[in-house]
Amino acid sequence: MLNKEILGIIKDSNKTGWVLEPDAKKIFRIAGFEIPRNTLASSADDAVSFANKTGYPVVAKVVSPKILHKSDIGGVEVGIEDDNKLKDTFNRFSKMEGFVGLFVEEMVKGTELIIGTKIDKQFGPVVLLGIGGIGVEIYNDTAIRMAPIKKKDVKLMIEELKAKKIIEGFRGSKPVNIEKLSGILVKFSELAVELENKIESIDLNPIKCNGSKCVIADARIILKH
Amino acid sequence: MDFLNLFEPKTMAVVGVSLTNDRHPANIIYKKNYFRYPMKVYAVNPKGGMYYKEKIYKSVKDIPEKIDLVVIAIRAEYVPSVLSECIECWVGGAAIISGGFAESGRGDLKKKLLEVVKKADFPIIGPNCLGIYSPDSVDSFFLPSERMVRPESGNVAIVSQSGGILVDQMVKFAGQGIGLSRAISIGNKAVVNELDLLTFFARDDKTDVIAFYIEGFGPGEGREFAQAASRFPKPIIVMKGGQSTAGSRVVLSHTASMAGDYTVFSSIMRQFGLVEAKNEYEMLSFCESLSCYPNPINGRVGIVTASGGHGAIAVDICDRSGLEVPLLQRKTQNRIREKLSASIQPIASLGNPLDLTGSARDDDFVIAASELSHLEEIDCVLVLLLPYLPEVTTDVGARLSQLYQEVKKPIVAYVPHVEKYRMIIEGFQLNNVPVARSIEGAILMVEAMKRYKPC
Repeated sequence: MLNKEILGIIKDSNKTGWVLEPDAKKIFRIAGFEIPRNTLASSADDAVSFANKTGYPVVAKVVSPKILHKSDIGGVEVGIEDDNKLKDTFNRFSKMEGFVGLFVEEMVKGTELIIGTKIDKQFGPVVLLGIGGIGVEIYNDTAIRMAPIKKKDVKLMIEELKAKKIIEGFRGSKPVNIEKLSGILVKFSELAVELENKIESIDLNPIKCNGSKCVIADARIILKH
Repeated sequence: MDFLNLFEPKTMAVVGVSLTNDRHPANIIYKKNYFRYPMKVYAVNPKGGMYYKEKIYKSVKDIPEKIDLVVIAIRAEYVPSVLSECIECWVGGAAIISGGFAESGRGDLKKKLLEVVKKADFPIIGPNCLGIYSPDSVDSFFLPSERMVRPESGNVAIVSQSGGILVDQMVKFAGQGIGLSRAISIGNKAVVNELDLLTFFARDDKTDVIAFYIEGFGPGEGREFAQAASRFPKPIIVMKGGQSTAGSRVVLSHTASMAGDYTVFSSIMRQFGLVEAKNEYEMLSFCESLSCYPNPINGRVGIVTASGGHGAIAVDICDRSGLEVPLLQRKTQNRIREKLSASIQPIASLGNPLDLTGSARDDDFVIAASELSHLEEIDCVLVLLLPYLPEVTTDVGARLSQLYQEVKKPIVAYVPHVEKYRMIIEGFQLNNVPVARSIEGAILMVEAMKRYKPC
């Protein structure tokens, strides 16, 4: 899955120690994963014109090499419904440390999951699946496997989660497309193996899954130092 | 590497035997093997002399015979040169009891040691370990014979990074009647590690189950171990020391924060079908169970008891442990009822658990267990015995074990472990049926069979 372009992005990100979200998204797009339509806006007008093309609501996130955890400092605005709110957001985020642009994305609906990998010292690349969002560490509902994995492993991983019922559809909420999710997790685990010597960990949190697709809403790649 | 030479040596040398300090580890090791074990054992010390009317050789090279195992208990800085001599005269392998290598900041000595042995592919157990205990064959532990508790010879091998934990497990094996095939203390595992021993034990006729106490793997070693374990034809039990997360290392990602060292270890053990014991008690229960029944089950339990309370507690624990206790069909219940003693026929409840009441006799226990053993929907029979009941005799353990020998469906028993009930307990143990000292322990034994998943 790795090609020159991906390796180039990683190389360019080495001085930051992690990959900025727009670049991380690009890596996953090149590797064949689905990401939301997006733009890196350098002005409020850029942002508005993208939103008018894609349609509201959109999500806006601060892009800065100084800010790894965007939501911790209020650098993520979801559910933006109109031009004014989007412009406000641009102006507000542009004052944040190291601001290089506003990352604007279409909103995707779905169950929020986390898919992650870390390169374990004893076991090498491992993959993790769990219920996603900012509360992941509070719920700590995860299943972990040594990478690479096969589709049958994904079934057992879901089986282990307390959130299994949410994934399978609970009280009117639509079930996640398990086939799609399995495909993505298997492919992600293969990518993790290929990146073993370059990365420390990756969070896809959240990855939004619904009845038809799984889309990476946020991606954080921490590089090996 | 073939370790049979080391685990069943015909000739052995102990390097470091002292003429001035008879409590020296080398002296203890020499004496216990000289007096108790079948091999020919030689003492080595550069000063020479006589010990127990036997010659002390100045070097391994002077011994007039090929040596299978050399046990080395001398200061770390002298070890590499002794190893060179061993390699020169075709010694089979060595156990290095001495500490003082990498763990004491002498990484240089470890490096030197590796340089000497790597080229020759010379197997070394240790350093900084107790070495090898094989019942009736060899004992390199520097613990005086009279202080040791030796389990009977059996089919479980233990491999441990910690010598202390290993000896403790042996005490507990003996108490619980679990038989041991080999106990290997690998210490700092400079050469021989868990993976090498796993490879050996796959072919070792004397070993059917392996239990590991692991503190940590070297870089990437965990991965190799897990992959090898997934192809291993026998049950593997692992217990991890150091499960708590160390310190407050800053972690930049959610994944790294949630996938801590222990969580990863535990998940991967399960992924590859190994049975993880969370503590010593589980370790012991799993070893006992899998040493009798090295085949996996689905986890549908039939329970025989003479007390409603025991049945209720057992069902609760089964439920928490992911084991099923399926309700028996009415016609099955009727068939069983007809066979029971007339006195309990009207009062026994037979839905599962089968509560035979306080008037149950040996025959009733055997009938109930036998009926359950023959049912397709039950994989394992749990017998909760109340030996204080007036109609229960000391024969019941042996009789129920006999049933297992006939039907071959696993039976696990609970009997309170007090001296008074020893004959019942041995009736099970000596006939290869595991018997626990608590209801919880009995259910752990059932769980072990469910958790073992050969790939």
